[in-house]
Amino acid sequence: MSTVALEQKNLKVAIYAFAGALAMLGLGYAAVPLYDLFCRVTGFGGTTQQATEADADIAARLAQSAGAREISIRFDATTAADMPWTFKPAQVTDKVQIGQRDLAFYTAKNNSNVPITGTATFNVEPEQTGAYFNKIQCFCFTEQTLQPGEEIRMPVLYYVDPAILQDENAKDVEQITLSYTFHKAAQGAAVQGEKAAQKPES
Amino acid sequence: MATTAENFPVHSEDHGHDADHKPGFFARWFMSTNHKDIGTLYLIFAIFAGIIGGAISGIMRAELAEPGIQVLGGVVTMLGGEAAFDQNLHMWNVLITAHGLIMVFFMVMPAMIGGFGNWFVPIMIGAPDMAFPRMNNISFWLTVAGFCSLLFSMFVPGGTGNGAGTGWTVYAPLSTSGSAGPAVDFAIFSLHLAGAGSILGATNFITTIFNMRAPGMTLHKMPLFVWSVLVTAFLLLLALPVLAAAITMLLTDRNFGTTFFDPAGGGDPVLYQHLFWFFGHPEVYIMILPGFGMVSQIVATFSRKPVFGYLGMAYAMVAIGVVGFIVWAHHMYTVGLDVNTKMYFTAATMVIAVPTGVKIFSWIATMWGGSLEFKSPMVWSLGFIFLFTVGGVTGVVLANGGVDDALHDTYYVVAHFHYVLSMGAVFSLFAGFYYWFPKMSGKMHSEFLSHLHFWTFFIGVNVIFFPQHFLGIQGMPRRYPDYTEAYAYWNEVSSIGYIIMAGSMVIFFVNLAYAFLAGRKAGDNPWGEGATTLEWTLSSPPPFHQFETLPVIEDHHDYHDHRPATA
Repeated sequence: MSTVALEQKNLKVAIYAFAGALAMLGLGYAAVPLYDLFCRVTGFGGTTQQATEADADIAARLAQSAGAREISIRFDATTAADMPWTFKPAQVTDKVQIGQRDLAFYTAKNNSNVPITGTATFNVEPEQTGAYFNKIQCFCFTEQTLQPGEEIRMPVLYYVDPAILQDENAKDVEQITLSYTFHKAAQGAAVQGEKAAQKPES
Repeated sequence: MATTAENFPVHSEDHGHDADHKPGFFARWFMSTNHKDIGTLYLIFAIFAGIIGGAISGIMRAELAEPGIQVLGGVVTMLGGEAAFDQNLHMWNVLITAHGLIMVFFMVMPAMIGGFGNWFVPIMIGAPDMAFPRMNNISFWLTVAGFCSLLFSMFVPGGTGNGAGTGWTVYAPLSTSGSAGPAVDFAIFSLHLAGAGSILGATNFITTIFNMRAPGMTLHKMPLFVWSVLVTAFLLLLALPVLAAAITMLLTDRNFGTTFFDPAGGGDPVLYQHLFWFFGHPEVYIMILPGFGMVSQIVATFSRKPVFGYLGMAYAMVAIGVVGFIVWAHHMYTVGLDVNTKMYFTAATMVIAVPTGVKIFSWIATMWGGSLEFKSPMVWSLGFIFLFTVGGVTGVVLANGGVDDALHDTYYVVAHFHYVLSMGAVFSLFAGFYYWFPKMSGKMHSEFLSHLHFWTFFIGVNVIFFPQHFLGIQGMPRRYPDYTEAYAYWNEVSSIGYIIMAGSMVIFFVNLAYAFLAGRKAGDNPWGEGATTLEWTLSSPPPFHQFETLPVIEDHHDYHDHRPATA
């Protein structure tokens, strides 16, 4: 083979190789949204689901016809180390009928003397119940701003999907723990924060 | 056939002056485009980095020799800091980080791939040089620049004290919000440089192996060492960019306000671990596969037999490479994976024991009935096979998600990966070094000193690392400079082992000095009948430019014997 032909052949292989490396670099970045999507779709790592009122109505009717049992929900609240808020659930546990909507409250108080915007991350334990835990409304969907010393009550409207009773790995769960952690919203990233507020903690 | 034989520039007396014209010192060593010179540079660099990385582990073993904090304060003072409790503990983190990164990126990888790969892949496939000689040079100097960046990071602030104290894994959030100051940035930059160098090198090897094989050298006739470098190059090409992505995200999280790994902005620190280990697991195969290749050559040579199950050996490496990409989460069983995920990663991880077992048994089958000769490369290879198997067995133990819950981040893990790396990879490096040293230098080393080196090193590393299994099972955690009295006994033993190992390295350097000052001249083939690959058809050292007329691999040549037929 002539030198020129070999050089061209070499260049071709090198370009393929670099293209492969670039593709992997791209995949590395693509992993960020894909990971997020994966958790949302599968409820992986206890990622809760979002539902509409219409979904909830259907679930309630399904549950009624199936004669669903009760399940206990435990509420947990944590703050990040640098977050000067007192954040706690209004009730420690609640008993709800599977498929029925329930409203729970958390309270948050800003103990500092500056206004602080917070964003909450969330998940449920046991993790395999994430796919069946549906929130219709939640304070975690948006950022919350508290003035110095201000205290607010924040609602979560949710239901447990009766499909949980068909899942071999989840049907005998008797208590689901719903957990929130409040972080200071990342500074100067209001738009990103909006998105962030909807991201699960998985 | 006789005509082909004449075409080989076989003997040193024969080769023309054209083939051996060397540029001046600066141009030859600093602007090199010659694969053998670049290989030599890589080997010198790897030995140098290995001394630094090994010295750091000496400081660590000295600190761990007894309970309490004894030597870290002195190290902090020596590096210009102010010794205080927090600073001393930070120094510990800096030392473990530097030791890990240096040994992985600046000792094992440059020696295996850059050193032996550069030296012998072109020769073994009958090529005059690498496909892209200038890019080869860039790869080397990027690696050197990366090393300088890492060393520099030890002298700038990294949070609690000077240096990057993140561990070689650079986990967020310790590496982001937990480490203020430029040290971690320099450490990350060092990985970028070394990674870029390795990606360029991988491209070069893939192109060389695909396009520049001598006429008749089909893929299924290539020596197994070339196969091992080919698989390694693919792993590098596919794994390193993922690390590049992950550490670039770290860098922007640290400096430009992104929140890839910060929950407050919607990120997730566990994502970093997934990305890191998606790179990190193939990386451990990158460090061991060329060793597999070298051991295959050596065992066949000193058994005077073709390697047993050539195709099985080649495709076992391919299988290890492929499966290596889908087992990463076994490094992170304790992050909160659910039981099904753990089950998958446990099963997938154990599958790797199958191709690895194929290799171990094939090496043994190669020796079976062979005309064995226990020359220095062979004893190091036997040491490799034995110790790598021990490390493999503890690997199967750790592969179990349930068992790992108890053993994660204990000294059991430290013992495991040092058995496969600091014994597996390093024994194969020394095996390769003694195998090819006469070829590379033209001088014979002392067989007596090589054997003495082997036995002291073998005893030393086993005394260091075997007791660490006990410490791990007893629950001693990794990454702490201090421990309770209960762990004192085996830690003391382990530190004594370090002294034996350090002594063996003195023997190694004495042997090198002996070879260069008083070593016999090496013939073209000092290992006799069993050495049948193309490098042994050249002079020792080979001419500056080899194979100006390409060797031809005829139909009667198989995967084992590439020597031209004697007339």
